[in-house]
Amino acid sequence: MNLEKVVFGFFIILAMTLNFGFVLGEIDNPEHHHVHELFAAIVVNLIATVLKFGERTQIGALHLASSLVADLQLLTAAGVWGIAMHVTHVGMTSEVTASVVSLAAGALAANLLSVILLLAETTNLRR
Amino acid sequence: MPQSALFLILRRMRAPLITLIVCYAVALLGMTLIPGVDADGRPTAPMSFFHAFYFVSYTATTIGFGEVPATFSDAQRAWATFTIYLTVIAWLYGIGTILALLREPAMQRAIRASRFARRVRRLRQPFHIVAGCGETGTLLLSALDLQGRRCVAIDIDGERIAELDLMDLRRDIPALAADARLPESLILAGLRHRRCAGVIALTNDDQANLAAAVTVKLLRPELPVMCRADTLDTAANMASFGTEEVVIAFESFAEHLAMALNNPGQHLLYRWLTGVPGEPLPQPLEPPTGDWIVCGYGRFGKAVARRLRQAGVRITVIEARPEATGCDDCIVGRGTEAATLIDAGIERAVGIVAGTDDDINNLSIVMTARQLNPNLFMVARQNRHANGELFARFAADITMQPAGIVAREYLSLLTTPLLARFLAHTRARDDAWADELISRIAAVVNDTVPEVWDVDISHRRCEAVWHALRDGQAVRLGDLLRDPAAGDAMLACVPLMLERGHEPIVLPDGEVNLRSGDRLLFCGAPQARRAQAPVLHDYKELTYVLTGRDAPGGTVWRWWAARRNVRRGG
Repeated sequence: MNLEKVVFGFFIILAMTLNFGFVLGEIDNPEHHHVHELFAAIVVNLIATVLKFGERTQIGALHLASSLVADLQLLTAAGVWGIAMHVTHVGMTSEVTASVVSLAAGALAANLLSVILLLAETTNLRR
Repeated sequence: MPQSALFLILRRMRAPLITLIVCYAVALLGMTLIPGVDADGRPTAPMSFFHAFYFVSYTATTIGFGEVPATFSDAQRAWATFTIYLTVIAWLYGIGTILALLREPAMQRAIRASRFARRVRRLRQPFHIVAGCGETGTLLLSALDLQGRRCVAIDIDGERIAELDLMDLRRDIPALAADARLPESLILAGLRHRRCAGVIALTNDDQANLAAAVTVKLLRPELPVMCRADTLDTAANMASFGTEEVVIAFESFAEHLAMALNNPGQHLLYRWLTGVPGEPLPQPLEPPTGDWIVCGYGRFGKAVARRLRQAGVRITVIEARPEATGCDDCIVGRGTEAATLIDAGIERAVGIVAGTDDDINNLSIVMTARQLNPNLFMVARQNRHANGELFARFAADITMQPAGIVAREYLSLLTTPLLARFLAHTRARDDAWADELISRIAAVVNDTVPEVWDVDISHRRCEAVWHALRDGQAVRLGDLLRDPAAGDAMLACVPLMLERGHEPIVLPDGEVNLRSGDRLLFCGAPQARRAQAPVLHDYKELTYVLTGRDAPGGTVWRWWAARRNVRRGG
């Protein structure tokens, strides 16, 4: 067993599960989506991205790309949230909640792809 | 290769970046959980993520912006203190790692290599790769630079590359410290580049030059390779797989010395045509025939001795280590002492060659020899460019500088390839022929070295002549020798050679009709070259030279003139 692989797999899967947890619930109900869950998802996603830095393989490049997509989606979701609360002061209406959650759902798709890549890599491992 | 710098940074920045993310996350999370306090001391809701991020951002980067969203509670103040130490340390760790990384030699090499590769990729003009920037390479680079030709330089020694940056050049030459023996160095220097026009291997290591030649001939067989070689063995090896030009400095010099002895006329012609244009015309050398002394029997001494013997000269060799150099019949000594020179018969000798690989010894030899026999013809070998002042002061009859010889040979091969072929043809002629040509050249130049240039009858190089020939007009060689601006006077130049396919016509007649694809070689005064250019490029000038009439200008006028001609003819 390789500790590096454990840590790598842990962060990728945790990024996916946290993201899933945030998206779960009615899409336009702000009570179903907690801000700390989004925060945790962003932090774990960023760490997962940095862990993928410097990979020179083809599959490594795809890993990094999917992580960057997830980061972009999640940070945009957080940005929308922050702007709605503090800049335009409209608050978490159902429209804002829906757009935050759908952005996070996009990130979930990218995170699912990351997990699939991880599985593919593992099953192809001949050592 | 170019991306490796980025990969190196990303790989090494993993730990600091993760530290930074975690520290931020902890600080942010604390701020969003710890309740605040209002003016009356009642607890309020904790900060939102937006405010917490704002606060941590200016604290972590040590900017210390004074505005806080609301007055802090004591619990928040405690957390803010913790946050400051946590995040500032994380930032310092990250920045420190980046700075250390940038200062690392491996990183610096990777950055330099990628910058070099980018500059080579962006070259849009034909360029030559010069491998080896020693004395020869530097001379060649500055001469090519003066002529506005682009080069890319590599050398195994980083010091020399750094010196190249300090040289006074018109354009920046992309240069990199890399080993010419490795194929990847040449590829990095643009061997696969569309505009690469050739490779010149000039390192002081025969093996490296050989490796460079093999690399080019395998990867880009169509590119010309020119190599410097120090021994005949390497030269033969290089020529065996198609290296275009191999210059062996010592052999080349020895050949010219023998030529000066046997065919002074040919030698003078050679020096006129390969000299630096604008300098005073060299005078004939006329080395005397008789007994010669050769000091030093290394590669140079051997080459000179062989050529001189072929030229029918009696030679006495002085060598300090006869067993190491394989010299059976020689006087043992360095030649710097009078006794050795007297042993070698300096009083009877007519010439001396100081050809050791040590400049100071060479100077000492010729100075001693001059005291013993002031009428000697002196040949001194200068190894280091830096000693030029000393050799110029001594003023031997010939100062032989290997770096200069190799650089000059390459320069003429690169800039006027026809000249090299013309000179090869002149070797077959006798001295009387050479003397006649010398007097013709002397008549058109005023005591300065003539300029030598070639003209391709092609669409790109001389548009007007090419169009005239395509339209069926006859253009004679003599037409290109007239100056329309000076009342049809003859230009001060001599056509040296006309090459049609592989058929050379040496000293062509003015009556020869030109064809497209011909290559011409001229020599003459620089102003003749400038006066000739308009006739080659401007069809009005050419028409005036051919017919004596001014040609009509625009398309409409040309059409009108053609109609009128037809009507008149009809």
